[in-house]
Amino acid sequence: MTKPLDLVKWPVSLGRVMRTSVMTASVLAFAAMAAPVSAQTIIASKHSALRVLDPILTTAYMSRNHGYMIYDTLFALDEDVTPQPQMVDTWEVSDDGLTYTFTLRDGLMFHDGAPVTGEDVAASIARWGERDSMGQVLMEYVDTMSGSSDDPNLFIIQLKEPYGLVIDSLAKPSSNVPFIMPKRLAETPSTEPVPEQIGSGPFKWVADEFQPGVKAVYEKFEDYVPRDEPASWAAGGKVVKVDRVEWVVFPDDQTTLNAIQSGELDYWEQPPIDLLPILEANPDVTVRNTNTLGYQTIIRPNALNAPMDDPLIRKAAIASIYQKNVLDALIGNPEYYELCGAMFVCGTPLATDVGSETLTEGNGQDLARELLEEAGYDGTPIVLMHPTDVGTLRTQPVVVAQAMRDVGFEVDLQAMDWQTLVGRRASQAPVDEGGWHMFATNWVGADVFNPLVNNMVNGKGPDGGWFGWPEVPEIEELRTAYATAETLEEQKEIAAQIQELAYDEGMYAPIGQYFVPSAWTSNLEGVLDGPAPYFWNISKN
Amino acid sequence: MVGYIIQRILAAIPVMGFVALFVFLMLRLTPGDPAAIIAGDTATPEQLDRIREALGLNDPLHIQFITWIGNLLQGEFGTSVISGKPVIELIQARMEPTISLALTTIILSVLIAVPLGVIAAWKHGTLIDRFVMLISVLGFSVPVFVIGYLMISLFSMQLNWFPVQGFRPIGDGLGEFLHRIALPTFTLTLLYIALIARITRTSMLEILGDDYIRTARAKGLPEARVLMRHALRNCSVPIITVIGIGFALIISGVVVTESVFNLPGLGRLTVDAVLARDYPVIQAVILLASLIYVVVNLLIDIAYVLLDPRIRYS
Repeated sequence: MTKPLDLVKWPVSLGRVMRTSVMTASVLAFAAMAAPVSAQTIIASKHSALRVLDPILTTAYMSRNHGYMIYDTLFALDEDVTPQPQMVDTWEVSDDGLTYTFTLRDGLMFHDGAPVTGEDVAASIARWGERDSMGQVLMEYVDTMSGSSDDPNLFIIQLKEPYGLVIDSLAKPSSNVPFIMPKRLAETPSTEPVPEQIGSGPFKWVADEFQPGVKAVYEKFEDYVPRDEPASWAAGGKVVKVDRVEWVVFPDDQTTLNAIQSGELDYWEQPPIDLLPILEANPDVTVRNTNTLGYQTIIRPNALNAPMDDPLIRKAAIASIYQKNVLDALIGNPEYYELCGAMFVCGTPLATDVGSETLTEGNGQDLARELLEEAGYDGTPIVLMHPTDVGTLRTQPVVVAQAMRDVGFEVDLQAMDWQTLVGRRASQAPVDEGGWHMFATNWVGADVFNPLVNNMVNGKGPDGGWFGWPEVPEIEELRTAYATAETLEEQKEIAAQIQELAYDEGMYAPIGQYFVPSAWTSNLEGVLDGPAPYFWNISKN
Repeated sequence: MVGYIIQRILAAIPVMGFVALFVFLMLRLTPGDPAAIIAGDTATPEQLDRIREALGLNDPLHIQFITWIGNLLQGEFGTSVISGKPVIELIQARMEPTISLALTTIILSVLIAVPLGVIAAWKHGTLIDRFVMLISVLGFSVPVFVIGYLMISLFSMQLNWFPVQGFRPIGDGLGEFLHRIALPTFTLTLLYIALIARITRTSMLEILGDDYIRTARAKGLPEARVLMRHALRNCSVPIITVIGIGFALIISGVVVTESVFNLPGLGRLTVDAVLARDYPVIQAVILLASLIYVVVNLLIDIAYVLLDPRIRYS
């Protein structure tokens, strides 16, 4: 039964509601500002969120960047791409080339107060050697690695046979970087994350303020002893000139742009190319490419699945591609890209254009058609995986697919998110059981700049090769020859042979080299060049 | 009433169980491998397998499910497979921005939208009514990110009244908290004003034509009293329903608003976890969102009884 209304006192009058509304809105609108961030704090927006804190467990660039903050390295490359000692004071090599004896600098200390010893170094290099491709090659030559009971600053590597890239390996600049951590942490299995973030680098990790996907915080390590030489890439003196660095995740580019223009953000690692004109027009913002080797974007065929198991078909696909078309679509502004057929990246000592003419000249379509005819291509659709959620990867598959269609390929461009691609590319199954034919990805130049770190010229096949798994024993022999080469000229010659063979086998194709400038407010000074972003040497006014 | 509440709480248990099973299976059937994401480009198949083993991903699905549910019943949400942090810590860290945004948005929306809806109904057919409806249509039609960017452009970039992004906990000071939460609140409020004002207006229009309203007016009651005591109270059920559902929607995550204003809320946590295939985090967040919907619906039902004595549950 319905009760009569006007039942209970209604405690609010219309006027009171209106007054309260206005007051609340006013409070929100005119609330005072407080708690400004310290002037000696750099607020930086990185290209992604930091999630995995162990830079040996993963190759993620954010984890590598985190590693550079809190860890130090024995050697590091300078801007001439030459290894320079970093934690190492002096070193000597025995006459037979089998014994390397390194003496660490005095005063090196971990963030927990323990001194850095040769034992810590030996454990760290061993763990890195389990995960990193260049480290794995080094370990094939290493007989023993140890500290010394006589002098805690000594670290000794004993080789089984001479190996020319010991120092280059220890100076590896990008993922995985041979960072040095305390022995107790370095003994963690390389498939599990280290439980603590303790290094001997120029910054300390602030664990309490870490929010995955939101913020990572570092404080200056007061006891760090920098080298005397000027900073150059990751070599030289790592002099920290601010108290604190905060990496804040900005999920939206427009918001990041607003933040840097309003002074709420100091440093933007990778602004999108289409926003650069706005940043460049702002006199309070500096825009500069700090990663001079840039990025290599690549297309990778799967040598296990027909018809891509035929080198002629792989070569036909590569011959159909014109780098300029890819880069125009991906980057647009020629100022930020370079046509480059060098598998070991233009701008490095090993750069050569051998075998790459069709890619950089765009004249390979007829050759592609001839190769398809010679191979007897039967029209089997080529499954090209297309990650649509990554801005720097969603364009290449579309352009490559069209180029391939133009010469007679049937292409099945399959849209997916990047993580699906990452899972699927590990499958060696046939296409109808979840396999694939081609995908595109990008590499930091420093990750592909020699035949040992460049995974795409690995010819070990399904057992030990990289996704795509071409089996080319001759190229493995050449890589071994490269590893033991004694002079740069010899290395260059072997690298050129590897590149020629890799193109001839259709192992992969660099489809362009591009550069992503960073942007920072003009109150920052001393931003360094390098294949990774470094936060030492930067002062904030 | 107490029996009804107990009955509803008990009924929520199978609902949550079904959600848990559904989420678990859906995630496991989705392509993607957290181990491959963690290991990166150079991991060998053996290393990938060892990482999967360490994460428990090599166990049969039913064992994984039983382990997860067992831990859940003991209040253990597990750890993120990507960051290694306890899931409960990750969610706790993201709750404050989301709850803060939900509360400020709902409070401000109600304070503005209910009077607007009442006035629009009272002045039905006049310019005021049309103006309120115009605001409603705009609130519904303009995407939240557009409103957000316009707000930032005007109030942050031009007038410099508010920061463009970020969140400060209330523990850092009320002033700074309100200063940071104001723009996202205004942005979302426009949408909720549109929703609540329309519902209020429509309900009021129905009521204002009823006999007892005419009687109240004939008795000589002041118009404000007629509107607020006699009419608005009888419209409260649909209004409360909309407010409750709106609150639950914000709590479940407003990814676009959180992204535009760089608020580290639950919406972004969910999206990040999905993109990284961080199973424990996704499972926990979806379960939490389901729980919030169940609780909010229960509270709405209870509020019906308190606001409208005609409604009885047995």
